[in-house]
Amino acid sequence: MKKKVFSPYQIVSNGVMILVSICVILPFLLLFMSSITAESVLVADGYSFWPKQISFASYAYIVKSGGQILKAYGISILVTIIGTLINVILSALMAYPLAVRNLPGRRIMMFYVFFTMLFNGGIVPSYLMWSGAFHVKDTIFAQLLPNLLLSAWNVMMMRTYFMTSIPDSLYEAAEIDGASQFTIFRQIVLPLGKPILVTMGTFAGLSYWNDWTNGLYYIVKNKDLYNIQNLLNNMVSNIQYLSQSSNSNMSSALSTIPTTGIQMAIAFVAILPIMLIFPLFSKYYAKGITLGAVKG
Amino acid sequence: MANAVTATKRKQGSTKAKLKRYLPLYLMFLPGGIYLFINNYIPMAGIIVAFKNYNARQGIWGSAFCGLKNFEFLFATPDAVVITRNTILYNLVFIILNTVLGIIFAIFICDALNKKLKKAYQSAILFPYLMSAVILGYIVFAFLSQSTGIVNNTILPAFGISPIDWYSKAKYWPVILVIANTWKGVGYGCLIYISSINGIDPSLYEAAELDSATKWQQIKFITLPFLKPTVITLTLMSVGRIFYSDFGLFYQVPRNSGLLYATTNVIDTYVYRGLMQSGNVGMSAAAGFYQSLIGFIIVLAANAIVRKTNEESALF
Repeated sequence: MKKKVFSPYQIVSNGVMILVSICVILPFLLLFMSSITAESVLVADGYSFWPKQISFASYAYIVKSGGQILKAYGISILVTIIGTLINVILSALMAYPLAVRNLPGRRIMMFYVFFTMLFNGGIVPSYLMWSGAFHVKDTIFAQLLPNLLLSAWNVMMMRTYFMTSIPDSLYEAAEIDGASQFTIFRQIVLPLGKPILVTMGTFAGLSYWNDWTNGLYYIVKNKDLYNIQNLLNNMVSNIQYLSQSSNSNMSSALSTIPTTGIQMAIAFVAILPIMLIFPLFSKYYAKGITLGAVKG
Repeated sequence: MANAVTATKRKQGSTKAKLKRYLPLYLMFLPGGIYLFINNYIPMAGIIVAFKNYNARQGIWGSAFCGLKNFEFLFATPDAVVITRNTILYNLVFIILNTVLGIIFAIFICDALNKKLKKAYQSAILFPYLMSAVILGYIVFAFLSQSTGIVNNTILPAFGISPIDWYSKAKYWPVILVIANTWKGVGYGCLIYISSINGIDPSLYEAAELDSATKWQQIKFITLPFLKPTVITLTLMSVGRIFYSDFGLFYQVPRNSGLLYATTNVIDTYVYRGLMQSGNVGMSAAAGFYQSLIGFIIVLAANAIVRKTNEESALF
C-alpha cells in the first residue's frame, strides 16, 4: 500500500485554512454555547465554550413569554419574502429593456440607473423625505420601502445576463413570430434568466433579513413593527441607556430586559435561517459576488 | 409633392409601429424608474438642505437659506478632522488587509487537498459575510463584555492579566474593529480571487512543474501576474468608496458607546448621531454633503485611473 506524502506547502496551506475555518466557526459556537448556559453559571463564569451547566431556559423563555420576539421574527419573515419578490420583479422588468440593443434612448436609461451607484444624497435628505413627505414612520412600509426595494447593481447584473447568456436568436425568432414584448419577457426572459433571478434574489433576501437601519430610523414608537435585528439592537441601546443614567429605579428597569443568556439565544435564532439555507444558497451567493467582479 | 406626402406618411407609420413595438419596454422600465426617482434622485436634490437653516415645519424646500453657515460650524469643531481621519485610515487598513489576506487564502483554497476540503474552506470563509452588523456586535460582545465576556473571564485570567473595560477604553478599538472587519469581510474578495485563479489555464502549472519550478515560483510567476488586473480593479473600487464606511460596523460593534468616539466615530456615524440623537440637522446635512461630494470626486478619479491602466476593467 502506498502512503500519501504531503509536501510542506500542502501542510502549511491546508493547516492555515483549517485554522482560518476554526476562527470562523468558534465565534458562532461561543454564541450558541452562551445561549444554552445556565444563568447562574453565566453570572459566575461568564460566556464560555464549555459551560459547567447547560440549560435551555433561554429558548423556553423565547417560546413561552416571547410574544414580542416571535412577532419580530414574523415581521422579518414577512418583509423578507414580500420585499424580495417585489425586488426581483422590479429589477427584472427594468433590466430587460436595458438589454434590448436597438431600443431608442437606451443609453440615457442606462445612465439613469447607473448614476445612482455613483452619487447619492445621503441619509439626511432621504430620512427627511421618507418620514416627512411619505409618512412611512411607524408603518410596515418603513421596513419595506427605503433603499432596499431596488438596487441599481442588481439591475446591471440582470441586464448583463439577459444580453450575454440568452441567445439573440431567441429574441429575434420571437419577434418574427409577432410576440409582444410582454410575451417575450414572460416566456423567454423569465424562464431562461432563472439562474440570475435566483442569484439576485438571494442578495435581496439577505439584505432584507439583515436590515436594521430602516427600523432604527423609522420605527420609533410602534415596536410591534420591529424585525428581529431591530429587537436585538433595541436591547443593546436600552442597556447602554440604563447603564449611563443613574436612575433610582434602574434595577427594576434592567430586570425587564432579557438576561444576557436570552439575548444570545435571540441572536442565535436570528442567524438560524441563514445557517439552514446556507448550503442551498451559498452557491448562488458566491456566483453573484464573482459575477459582479467580472463587469459592473 | 406626392412623393413627399407618402414619405411623411410612411415615416408616421413607422413611428407609430416603432412606438407600438417599444412602448411596452418603456412601461416595463417605468416602475423601477419611479422608485429610483423617489428613493435616489429626490434626496440628491434634497442635498441643498445642507445650505439651509432647516426647520421641521417648513421642510426641506421651505426652510430659509443660510449660505455656508452649516459648513462653518462643522469645520470649526474638531469632529470634522477626527471623522475624516478615522474614515480614511480605517478604510486604508481594511483595503490592504482584505486584499493581502484575500489573495493568500484564495491561493491556499485553490490548492486544497481535495474538492471537498476546497468547498468547505470556501463556505467557511464566506459565512461571516452573511451576518448582519447587529449579530457581529453580539459576537464581539460575547468576547469583550466587561462582566460576562470570555476574554475578561477566561482568557485574561489565564495569563494573569486583570480584566479590561473594553467598552470604555478607546485605544483598543482600532485593533478590535480591524479584526472584526477582517473576520467578516475577507471572504468577499477571496471568492473573487478564487474565481480568477480558477480561470488560469492548468497547463501553465503543469509546464512549470515539468521545469521543476517550486510552488513559490509558480505563485510568483503565474498566479500573481494573472491576479493583477482583478486586484487593481477591486482595490480601486474600494478606494473609490474610501469616504464611505460600513455604518453597522462602527455603530453596532462598539455598541454606540460615547466613550469610544475618538477612535470609532466615522462620517456615517457622525451624520446619524447629528440627525437622530442630537437633532442637529444642519450640521449633519453638511457632513453628509461633504461626504457625497468628496466621495463622488474620488469615485470619478478612481475610475479615471482604472481606465488608464486597464480600460477593460473600468466601471464606466
